[in-house]
Amino acid sequence: MDGTAIRFDRVTKAFGLVRAVNEVSFDLPQGALVTLLGPSGCGKTTTLRLVAGLELPTEGRIEIEGRDVSRLAAAERRIAMVFQSYALFPHMNVLENVAYGLVVGGQRRQAAETEATAMLKTLGLEGLGARLPAELSGGQQQRVAVARALVLRPKVLLFDEPLSNLDARLRRRVREDIRDLQKRLGLSVVYVTHDQQEALAVSDLVVVMKDGRIAQKGTPTELYEDPADAFIADFMGEANVIAGEVIAAPGGPGRIAAGGAELATLLRAHPAGPASLAVRPESIRLFAADAGEGLPGRVQRAAFLGQTREYEIETAAGMLFVVVPAALPAHAEGEAVTCRFDKVIPLRA
Amino acid sequence: MSALTLGRVALAAALLGLLAAPWHGLEGGFGAWPGGDAAPLAVLLLDGSRWWLWPVVALLALAAAPLLAGRAAGGMVAGAGLAIVALVFLQGQAVGMRGLAWPALAPLLGGAGPQAALGWGGAMLLGAAVALVAAGLAQRGRFGGDAFIALLVIGCGALLLLFVFLPLATILSAAAVEDGRFAPGALATRLAAPEAWSLACLASHQGCGVVWNTLLLAVLTAVLSTLIGLAFALLAARGGVRAQPAFRAMTLLPLITPPFVVSLALIVLFGRTGLVTTALWEWFDIPRSRWIYGLPGVLLAQVLSQAPISFVLLEGAVRAIGPSLEEAASTMGARRFTVFRTVTWPLLRPAIAACLLLGFVESLADFGNPLVLGGDFDVLSTRIFFAIAGARHEPGRAAALALLLLALTLGAFFLQTLWLGRRRYTTVTGKGDSGVPSPLPRGLKFACGAVAWPWMIFTAAVYGIILVGGFVHDIGRGDMSFTWRHILTGFEVEWQSGPEFRGSAWDSLFTTIEVAAISAPLTAGLGILLAWLIARQSFPGRGALEFMAMLSFAIPGTVVGVSYIMAFNEPPIELTGTATILILCFVFRNLPVGVRGGIAALAQIDRSLDEASATMGAGALQTLRHVILPLLRPAIVASLAYAFVHAMTAVSAVIFLVSARHNLATVYIVGRVEAGEMALAIAYSTVLIAVMLAVVLGIERVVGRAQIGRRAAPVRAGA
Repeated sequence: MDGTAIRFDRVTKAFGLVRAVNEVSFDLPQGALVTLLGPSGCGKTTTLRLVAGLELPTEGRIEIEGRDVSRLAAAERRIAMVFQSYALFPHMNVLENVAYGLVVGGQRRQAAETEATAMLKTLGLEGLGARLPAELSGGQQQRVAVARALVLRPKVLLFDEPLSNLDARLRRRVREDIRDLQKRLGLSVVYVTHDQQEALAVSDLVVVMKDGRIAQKGTPTELYEDPADAFIADFMGEANVIAGEVIAAPGGPGRIAAGGAELATLLRAHPAGPASLAVRPESIRLFAADAGEGLPGRVQRAAFLGQTREYEIETAAGMLFVVVPAALPAHAEGEAVTCRFDKVIPLRA
Repeated sequence: MSALTLGRVALAAALLGLLAAPWHGLEGGFGAWPGGDAAPLAVLLLDGSRWWLWPVVALLALAAAPLLAGRAAGGMVAGAGLAIVALVFLQGQAVGMRGLAWPALAPLLGGAGPQAALGWGGAMLLGAAVALVAAGLAQRGRFGGDAFIALLVIGCGALLLLFVFLPLATILSAAAVEDGRFAPGALATRLAAPEAWSLACLASHQGCGVVWNTLLLAVLTAVLSTLIGLAFALLAARGGVRAQPAFRAMTLLPLITPPFVVSLALIVLFGRTGLVTTALWEWFDIPRSRWIYGLPGVLLAQVLSQAPISFVLLEGAVRAIGPSLEEAASTMGARRFTVFRTVTWPLLRPAIAACLLLGFVESLADFGNPLVLGGDFDVLSTRIFFAIAGARHEPGRAAALALLLLALTLGAFFLQTLWLGRRRYTTVTGKGDSGVPSPLPRGLKFACGAVAWPWMIFTAAVYGIILVGGFVHDIGRGDMSFTWRHILTGFEVEWQSGPEFRGSAWDSLFTTIEVAAISAPLTAGLGILLAWLIARQSFPGRGALEFMAMLSFAIPGTVVGVSYIMAFNEPPIELTGTATILILCFVFRNLPVGVRGGIAALAQIDRSLDEASATMGAGALQTLRHVILPLLRPAIVASLAYAFVHAMTAVSAVIFLVSARHNLATVYIVGRVEAGEMALAIAYSTVLIAVMLAVVLGIERVVGRAQIGRRAAPVRAGA
């Protein structure tokens, strides 16, 4: 990982009065995979299209491998993109689709097709070259789209929601395939998705966007463990956000108060005082009602999911959603319990 | 394509036009080259007879310097191109066929002799100058820096300005010119003339003004054709009637029939010596009369041609109504007629309004039927024709009448846009609707049948007459014995060391096919390119380009014809009497349909295909060639067929533009009718319909095979 593959420097894209992307800056190291994550309409796809050159920025500067490409059209950027719809040309067969970029780039057809055949083999698509895209399954079409992008040896590979047209069981496999390929070939990849689990699973770097701005960027662990605000905390996996007070938080073990009870827990450094506290469902532990220190509550609903049990617990701090391993003793609906928190995230906003 | 390449190619073309191609239009041929009237501009510059064009050379040099050196000086290149276009046009206006036309320039151009219209050299230089403008703008980063897009936009814009906008502007100004002078008073007088607005018919036996005649005819045609079309549509879509082939024939026939052929059949049936008239006279003593010549005849003919079109439109609308809507109504306890009245009918209303407007506009534009059947009943389109072609040549009056007709048409289109702007009726789709259409209420079905079946028989009789009429001695007088006489008069071929086409109709038939065959691919090509520019590219002036491309759809053919002879009759652009003007007229008249079809087809093609192509390094030209055009093939073929058929059946615009050397079949037939040679006219119409039927079926076959080919591809979805 030497050097920067993509640099966004305060890039803004306005459509009329709407700023779809607003002063976005980030760096993607070479050979890394960055995910643009966010709810629909957050500007993540526009950001991807700005990298591709399908949109030109209103303000700011975009660099690919050190070269300013802010004013360059898509055809001149040496990037490749895998579209959400795959965008395979329906009137060309698989081989012609994969060879297309090489042919329009000026290669002889025969050489281009040899190269395309080799790439099809790399992606496990040998023997399908003569098929039309309509005759392939969704997963195969997706791999053809990837082959068509990779054969151009792009500086940056872009994925726009590549899994959204696949059925749930295929998603995990294709996701792992993409990650493997990216690591194996040392590709720099920008990946757009709205699925946080997908983002956590494949990324080196996650950029969470909201309303055209970057809400937070960091590694998957940082975002999950250390969300900047309630939006990130809730978006990156579920979180119970409760009102409470930080009593002592030097970093590591500390004490908080919530719902009239005082608890010991792990938490990051934070000034003492009232705060919003995010508690992940899996960092809450349930004990019998008379088990000593903790937040008292009553089981409102209990559900058995095989590997885990889920509870909704009514407490003085509000309703808590709790996930515990199924191996632990079960609590019945209506039972009084005591809640203790393994870890609490005090939120900044 | 890079801007530099385009600029250099343009430069080369300009040099070729300057040095080699004859500057003026040829009268005698290339024999005199490089002198005489075939001289290229270079020769004319050197001998001093066109000394005022020397700046062209200077401007070319100005553009050439940076282009050859490879420097980016887009502003200069574009400016030079623009200046060349302006200079060539201005000098052409200033120094015309009769010498200096603008006395104000006498001190400067005192000795300028008369000059003829521009020829190939002029055309090449102007084309090259337009390309220079495009290259310059692309160099400056306009049109995304893509020289190909720039050339298309600027080129299409220039063509549309020249062949759509300029003629309109000419006719506008001609309406305000009297005795060669600008006279706004004359314009007001002409527009308010009693011949247009008189209401004398209400009080006396005199005729009313043509505007009222035209409006009355158009409203009646619109209402009647919509009602008949609706009856057919309801029967076909909901009536449970097994007569699809008859319905299909109904929809195909008007497509391939020259508009006035129906009139011929009506004369044969209902004229003073017509078949029906004679029968009524002999059997019932009903006196012969000339009632068919006038409003009733024209109305009948127009409804005959328009009703099938209404049928197609309304049938689509009826079928688009989701049956589940009607089923929902009936599950709530509504009876059949209540369902029709409360659900089906309100959903149909927008389509009916559109249909009425279309009938109205078509009637306004119709020229052939009023010409053949009108008698004393004049409408605007025929009155315009006689103002130009009649005994008194009055271009000013014709232009003013053309303006009135244009105002009526544009008014109708304006109403339609208002209507369509207010409500969208595509909210009802037939998609994924598995309901069964509810049958028509019994009373309504009976009423529809009572309208549709007699009309079907009537239509069949009309077309039967056309089929039979060419092969019997004298159908106009009821002499029904078989003969080849009329076909031979028109289409005799003698074999003397090769075929000799002696029949009187061959010339016009060959010209027609030639003109249609040349203009159809041009129309389809230009239409698809414009559609692609409008639908897929963003550039300043896109709205204006779309407006100009669609404008000619709203201009009645008669107006187009008049405006073309006014605009292109004198230098610098003189095209009247050539086949070129016929081709140009067809291309720009049929263009809007190609553009609309292209835009609709492009809407079906996911934009991500274009973008995928771009991210893989393809320029706009490559994407167009490899991705868009192959996928647009059905739209291209449809546009080709439309352009071909319309070029073969049109009368209104071209009747002004044909010449002895370049006559067209339709105009020839109209001439036969006026000379009373009804049988020859009908025989020729039969041949024309046969030719078009062959072409349309041939094209349908090609399209059909393409679709089958796609469907036949085995679907083997693997894991």
